Amino acid sequence: MSTVEDYVARIEETCGEEKHFVIMFKYDKRNEAIKKILKKAKVEKSISRIIFELTFENVSFRLYGTGKAIFRNLKDKEELRKILADLLL
Amino acid sequence: MLDPYKIREEFPILKRKINDHPLIYFDNAATTQKPEQVIEAMKEFYENHNANVHRAIHTLSQESSELYENAHEEVAKFINSGGMEEIIFVRGTTEAINLVAYAWGLRNLKRGDEVLVTLMEHHSNIVPWENLSKINGFQVKYADVNNDGTLNYESFENAISRKTKIVCLSHVSNVTGVISNVKKIAKIAHEYGALVLVDAAQSVPHLPVDVKDLDIDFLAFSGHKMLGPTGIGALYGKREILEEMEPFHGGGSMIREVTFNTITRRCSVSLNDLPWKFEGGTPNICGGVGLMAAVKYLKDVGMENVKRHEADLTEYALRRMKECAKVTIYGPKDVSVKCGILPFNVEGLSSHDVALFLDSYGIMIRSGFHCAQPLHEKLKLKSSARASFYIYNTLEEIDRFAELLKEIE
Repeated sequence: MSTVEDYVARIEETCGEEKHFVIMFKYDKRNEAIKKILKKAKVEKSISRIIFELTFENVSFRLYGTGKAIFRNLKDKEELRKILADLLL
Repeated sequence: MLDPYKIREEFPILKRKINDHPLIYFDNAATTQKPEQVIEAMKEFYENHNANVHRAIHTLSQESSELYENAHEEVAKFINSGGMEEIIFVRGTTEAINLVAYAWGLRNLKRGDEVLVTLMEHHSNIVPWENLSKINGFQVKYADVNNDGTLNYESFENAISRKTKIVCLSHVSNVTGVISNVKKIAKIAHEYGALVLVDAAQSVPHLPVDVKDLDIDFLAFSGHKMLGPTGIGALYGKREILEEMEPFHGGGSMIREVTFNTITRRCSVSLNDLPWKFEGGTPNICGGVGLMAAVKYLKDVGMENVKRHEADLTEYALRRMKECAKVTIYGPKDVSVKCGILPFNVEGLSSHDVALFLDSYGIMIRSGFHCAQPLHEKLKLKSSARASFYIYNTLEEIDRFAELLKEIE
């Protein structure tokens, strides 16, 4: 059975007043992760199909074709993990 | 004149592509890239000279010791200090400041004394003093900064008094690039009998720095921000002050002898000469060799040339960034009072959004507080994006950066 760790290489909590999380997907899994996320989240805006502004369950986030994503203003890592699980599994 | 195109050829990493785009490295205030000369010097050390320094009499140790001592001499000359006795190798600026805090401050600061820092400091020039004040009971006072990020000299003069025992400030802000008038501060501080510690992490790599001319007591800087390897840096201290100070780390190398008294059943310790009494344990020898190569490289380029090149880049970047309607740049816009560090934000986006966007096009910048939260609070910023330049950056890279900033808008 797949887990979030199968897709995620690193999670960085940003430094600054805004509490964001930057996700770096595993290189060999990034395309699969992007595909799954785009299937479940609502695309609000996209730039050249490289950068996607998305919403999912009232959470806004940005996904990059390079295999990174930034989730904004989440309460904590637990909330992030739950969203990632819903999006990826 | 400095030729960045020729210089770039000596930096292997700059040939890399990131996300299928040529790498544009604008995170030089965090760390710099390394030229072949530095990489080769370190490789040559491990391939041909590696041994522990001092005390051993075999050939490799002699070679290794000579290289390590020469590295101290090169660094001493680079900042015009009185000699290698005044240069202590440390892990970096943070360790250098902690060395002063614990080797000097622990014994010389007491309740009723004051340490004067500024609101623009990197956390590494705040935390050691705040931590030590909890042990020794002295007060840490903060000189204010103006809304453009420059030091408020009036606030500094109001805050200093006979109670001030040491003034600790950055030569160049790691957020705004503002250059503070350290010479003026040192003169005032000395009139009050206070010592002066300068965090030069952002100045020694970018400007000619002369510790005799500045007349400061301590200067701290990191090798990795000036083309050298990580894990090596230097603390300059005036010889007479270092001689009075007790060591920071106890162990091998920093002692002359340790004798056991059979009556008291205690050991007595006599300390080694400067600078070794502050370099307990096996030091970062290869790091020292790499730092020496970096210093030689910068000397060949010429620090006046480095300064001029960065001023040209900064002036051009300011002009190009002003074309971006939603970009706000913080700090002074006069390049004669600042180094090549540009903090900014894009309206409607967090600094991290900006950094990730640029990363997807191969441009590396920093986002967040840059370890200077009090300054961000003072400037009422939630965070900032930061582009910082060095000798291998070009006007064309700034063009690409500015075009992408327009696109993100």
